[in-house]
Amino acid sequence: MNVTRNQRVDLEVVANLIPPQSRVLDVGSGDGSLLELLQDTKQVDGRGLELSQRGVNECVARGLSVIQGDADKDLEFYPDKGFDFVVLSQTLQATRNPKLVLKELLRIGNRAIVSFPNFGHWRVRMSLFLNGRMPVTTDLPYSWYDTPNIHFCTIRDFVNLCDELGATVEKATALDANGQKIGLSMPWWFWNFFGQQAVFLLKR
Amino acid sequence: MAALRAGKTNNEADQPSSPVLRFGPDKPLKLDAGTLLSPFQVAYQTYGTLNDARSNAILVCHALTGDQHVGSTNPVTGKPGWWEVLIGPGKIIDTNRFFVICSNVIGGCLGSTGPASTNPATGKPYGLDLPIITIRDMVRAQQMLIDHFGIEKLFCVLGGSMGGMQVLEWASSYPERVFSALPIATGARHSSQNIAFHEVGRQAVMADPDWHGGKYFEHGKRPEKGLAVARMAAHITYLSEAALHRKFGRNLQDREALTFGFDADFQIESYLRHQGMTFVDRFDANSYLYMTRSMDYFDLAADHGGRLADAFAGTKTRFCLVSFTSDWLFPTEESRSIVHALNAAGASVSFVEIETDRGHDAFLLDEPELFAAINGFIGSAARARGLAS
Repeated sequence: MNVTRNQRVDLEVVANLIPPQSRVLDVGSGDGSLLELLQDTKQVDGRGLELSQRGVNECVARGLSVIQGDADKDLEFYPDKGFDFVVLSQTLQATRNPKLVLKELLRIGNRAIVSFPNFGHWRVRMSLFLNGRMPVTTDLPYSWYDTPNIHFCTIRDFVNLCDELGATVEKATALDANGQKIGLSMPWWFWNFFGQQAVFLLKR
Repeated sequence: MAALRAGKTNNEADQPSSPVLRFGPDKPLKLDAGTLLSPFQVAYQTYGTLNDARSNAILVCHALTGDQHVGSTNPVTGKPGWWEVLIGPGKIIDTNRFFVICSNVIGGCLGSTGPASTNPATGKPYGLDLPIITIRDMVRAQQMLIDHFGIEKLFCVLGGSMGGMQVLEWASSYPERVFSALPIATGARHSSQNIAFHEVGRQAVMADPDWHGGKYFEHGKRPEKGLAVARMAAHITYLSEAALHRKFGRNLQDREALTFGFDADFQIESYLRHQGMTFVDRFDANSYLYMTRSMDYFDLAADHGGRLADAFAGTKTRFCLVSFTSDWLFPTEESRSIVHALNAAGASVSFVEIETDRGHDAFLLDEPELFAAINGFIGSAARARGLAS
């Protein structure tokens, strides 16, 4: 379900937001890279939820606690505040109902960490503006007809959704094309234009 | 084979060739049926060595017609242990590392007290005088066996099908004694369809005139035809349509053309007849009634006010559930509902669904993905338990 499997510069950023020994649920855990990173460096009590059977089997074979399931359907089975952190990395845009998913994340975790590709990035805008074609970039490698990503948003869109849900943005980070953090002092429009990916730390 | 053929009664039932633990009148088994079973005995096998900390014990729970001979040659059939592909020195469940215990369930016919065992009150086999046995009764007896070994906490309890039900019961009834639980191809309750298949099997046994109301040993008979039919019907449910077709298709058995009669023209007929015939050589018909009944009665949620999550409230046990895509006896949805309940209980749980066309029986077969999942789960649980690799 992940946008790309190789370029996950956001993983380190996410990991840095999580203190040691936390209880973490990784929604859309893919091949388990983040969970493994968190277990190795932060000794977290980590669980995963992953849609693809292959991803799940890989995770379990690696000794991670991961179940096969769908972020759109299966989050309702988790109790309120069952985790310190719920992570949704590079998966929001692939859910059917991102608003509901985000709401569930905020219910299940004391904090939610969401990372997503920014559809407001200048390359995306240029592709549509100059070529008149749906953008295909290194971060978004799919064609329009075979993409699992059905609900793209820009950084600004996401901030709006957080407002709508009454979620507090405790921390936000935008990464440029080289995976470098964009200066905190920059205004939202700048992030929205130059940020290729964004990582948000949220609290209800 | 010799054991059942030798005399009127089943010798393995009273004098098993495996170790047996006998509980006297001071230690009765409390049954869900509301009575006490006493005296009673539990036949078991062990493999490997219990470490000094007694922390490396794995309990394997067997399925409907399984037995304690999980990792060594079966004394009745002469065949390899039923899970030897998985369990043994250097295997996924490495007996150089773990102490593996497997006991014949109460109600079984290979040495633990069951309907073929001699009733001390009459000197004859219990037959239907044995109270109905439940999954929880089986687990209670296993728990007494574990006490005998002085094991406070099992490192892992695992099993498939009816064995998986026992795993769930263990985790629910004795959560503090189960470090990790691995229920495979199972459910938290027996579905209506599954009860229906079991009823067909039981009726087949009871319709056999040689059954004699369950007192066949006294008549020097055994309801072989009825039990064979029961096994044939059940065996179909352990496979899948795809696997049957792949294996047999419409192929004819040792003949060029249809015979226009009721001989086993088709390979599948011949195969099923063989399955039925070999089964009656190794299994007691009354025990089959008791085993199927125990599964029918199993409903873990009902035991906890209808909410399955409450069966696992506050559990610290690490779970891994496994289902198979082509298993229509315990379809993936059954496992998934357990996973949801465990999630709701905040439990640590993994869940893999394995793609295979081999149906329910896949758990007994050489399935690389199953082994990878078990290996990964056991490995990480062992690290968490501080067991050296």
